[in-house]
Amino acid sequence: MINDIIYMNGYGIYVWSAFSFTMLSFLTLYTIIKIQMVKEELKFNQKFANLAANKVNSAKNQKIYREILNNSSISKI
Amino acid sequence: MFKNIEPLKIYSITSKAPKYVFFIFILILSIGLVEALILSPEDYIQSHSVRIMYVHVPSAWLSLSLFSIIGVLSFVILIFKNKNLPLITKSLAPSGFLFSIIALVTGSIWGKPTWGTWWAWDTRIISMLILALFYLLYILSWRIFQNKKDLNNITSIISIVGLINLPIIKYSVDWWSTLHQPSSINLINGSSIHQSMLIPLGIMTAAFALFSILIFLMKYNTELIKIKNKGLDRL
Repeated sequence: MINDIIYMNGYGIYVWSAFSFTMLSFLTLYTIIKIQMVKEELKFNQKFANLAANKVNSAKNQKIYREILNNSSISKI
Repeated sequence: MFKNIEPLKIYSITSKAPKYVFFIFILILSIGLVEALILSPEDYIQSHSVRIMYVHVPSAWLSLSLFSIIGVLSFVILIFKNKNLPLITKSLAPSGFLFSIIALVTGSIWGKPTWGTWWAWDTRIISMLILALFYLLYILSWRIFQNKKDLNNITSIISIVGLINLPIIKYSVDWWSTLHQPSSINLINGSSIHQSMLIPLGIMTAAFALFSILIFLMKYNTELIKIKNKGLDRL
């Protein structure tokens, strides 16, 4: 049964390489986009932490900043 | 008209949705892989090599669909000068590009046992390669050009010109004599594929569509945070 699934009448090498390539491509793109997102979130959190008090207040008053801070996977200020 | 596509409104959805989409994607993909690799029957002519269809066909469909969406939205961007839509089209491009590459590579792998060659200068394959190049050009132009107005115009023009290639891909197998087989699934005339193969194909297509939604959501969030990072510098 397992041998049938692996060898597939001699077509296993083609089938498994096509599926492996697809899954590896998915994983690569997901990782690249995730790293980009985490980097930007980190940058955002660092910039926000270094803002002067009066600027933090004006930024926090803008809803979009609150949304980003609340949903950041890195840290929640 | 465009009140509902403001980044803030979209972000409130896109920031929360990825974790749910990821979970559903993994679930559907697992079911799809079991169906495609184990449960679905082999073809009476192509034997087990037909299983490559379950990754090749959804990739081709999605790369065409995503480019169609980018092309249509680009028309809207050019006509209405909307500033939010370019973020959406930019976020759709990476998964579209990946799907076009997967379609080409898995098609090549499928070609070896079926046609006896990895590559043929066939109209369907060449037009698919051109689509991948359009995607690449589109993605690269976002990196190359800095002026925002020029950037929106250039990327929109690239995708609109690329739209011309889509009917060529779709109808190349009918217009020219090619190695590539004609379409087996037709929404109007019905499908020549048996249910036992159609169901795994549908499940894999759903899984691939979920992956493109996941990548779109994550990319859109990243782009929005990038813009806000620049905004923080100006505070």
